[in-house]
Amino acid sequence: MFSHTCPIFLHNYIIIMTKITYITHDNKNHTIDVQNGLSVMEGAVQNDIPGIDADCGGGMACATCHVYVKDEWFDKIPAKEDGEEDMLDMAFEPKKNSRLSCQIIVSDELDGLTVNIPSKQG
Amino acid sequence: MNLMVLLLTFHQNKDKMNKIDALIIGAGPTGLFTAHQLKLIGLTCEIVDNLDKIGGQCIELYPDKPIYDIPAVPECTGEELTNNLINQLKPFDIKFHLSERVDEVKKENENWVVKTNNGTIFLTPNVIIAGGVGSFEPRKFPVKECEKFENKSIFYSVKDKKIFEGKTVAIFGGGDSALDWAVELSKNSKVNLIHRREDFRGAQATVDKVHELTKEGKINLFTKYQMTSIKGEAQLESIDIKNEDNEIKNIKTDYALGFFGLIMQLGPIANWGLNIDKKTIEVDTEKFETNQKGIYAVGDICNYPGKLKLILSGFHEGALAARACFKLARPNEKYRFEFTTSSKTIKDRLGVKGD
Repeated sequence: MFSHTCPIFLHNYIIIMTKITYITHDNKNHTIDVQNGLSVMEGAVQNDIPGIDADCGGGMACATCHVYVKDEWFDKIPAKEDGEEDMLDMAFEPKKNSRLSCQIIVSDELDGLTVNIPSKQG
Repeated sequence: MNLMVLLLTFHQNKDKMNKIDALIIGAGPTGLFTAHQLKLIGLTCEIVDNLDKIGGQCIELYPDKPIYDIPAVPECTGEELTNNLINQLKPFDIKFHLSERVDEVKKENENWVVKTNNGTIFLTPNVIIAGGVGSFEPRKFPVKECEKFENKSIFYSVKDKKIFEGKTVAIFGGGDSALDWAVELSKNSKVNLIHRREDFRGAQATVDKVHELTKEGKINLFTKYQMTSIKGEAQLESIDIKNEDNEIKNIKTDYALGFFGLIMQLGPIANWGLNIDKKTIEVDTEKFETNQKGIYAVGDICNYPGKLKLILSGFHEGALAARACFKLARPNEKYRFEFTTSSKTIKDRLGVKGD
């Protein structure tokens, strides 16, 4: 389907959704359909998933959208860009599988992605 | 009775009691432009901010990052935007109260009595909250027991470096603050520097210096380690640090310093009786007034249907809140809308010559 990339055919616009599972600190699973192109952070904020503050609004400037990516997914998602690791220095209890969810953009390839939300963001 | 208390407080804080038309909380772009609008319409105002500098998130979070959506400014950095806003305020003499946090807001007849953590008191009919996502506070150690030693043997900033002389200090972090203090304190203290990874984000020259001092044995460097627990009853005695392979090391220490940057906390604003939803304050879109008469919220911290968290929205919200302030500050005068291009009164206020 090419129409979703072509604004002229807006009436044909098809929103493609991908399933993302957020596991909150109390061990509750929240599986949400997130629109492709949004970040994992935006998917959480728009669906009122607790535990992702995203204070800076997605600017990779605050480390309050910190998540742990399940090991089987960690290598499948696009690698960190410059600056993300620096911000993770400031995150609350960072681990090997820590990511900033504002930097993970949802796409077909991420269908089924599971992330754990830390107990706090700071 | 209230008057008595007020007079008494007034007497005790003669130099610190400020009677103004409006108080702005937050010196970010929205707070700065709101001050401009207040002064333009002839009101007095002062600004309080918990940071030690003007600019809010623009200066603290992204001073070097470019912004592309300020009207008529194709591109500017957070720092440039802040400097331009400060320049725009130059015609006015505005008092800033930096490194101060507003702790208390109480109604006193027609006025709000506002107190800061420094003991400054304002008496004003209008309080404009331009607080972004709250006030910036240092990020703390995740280990809960650290609270017990906070400001005694655990610190998130250094006020008096002399206390560390001849002592053992554990410094956590990988940015400039952590590295600078590791280098500085290594002169007179035993320094253990602990960081969660091998790369540091501080200036390269300082990173090199740290490695050099490590080779000389002046700094003990522990990379890929993080704090897991602390020990000590009356005094801090030691710290457990753990690496990614779950190896635990116990290091004796007299002091621990954490440098993990700043985080925004809503803080005391939550206790002022305002309608708060998800760290934002509900306002109307006519005056940007909260559920409390004379308390307004503008910029990122306010919320209303259709709210956009953009700097330009904050400018608009501040302009309207400023006009609303006029009514409470000058109840017997009528506000007259004027353009800066043509009003002689405004030009006088700006100190520019009219045509």
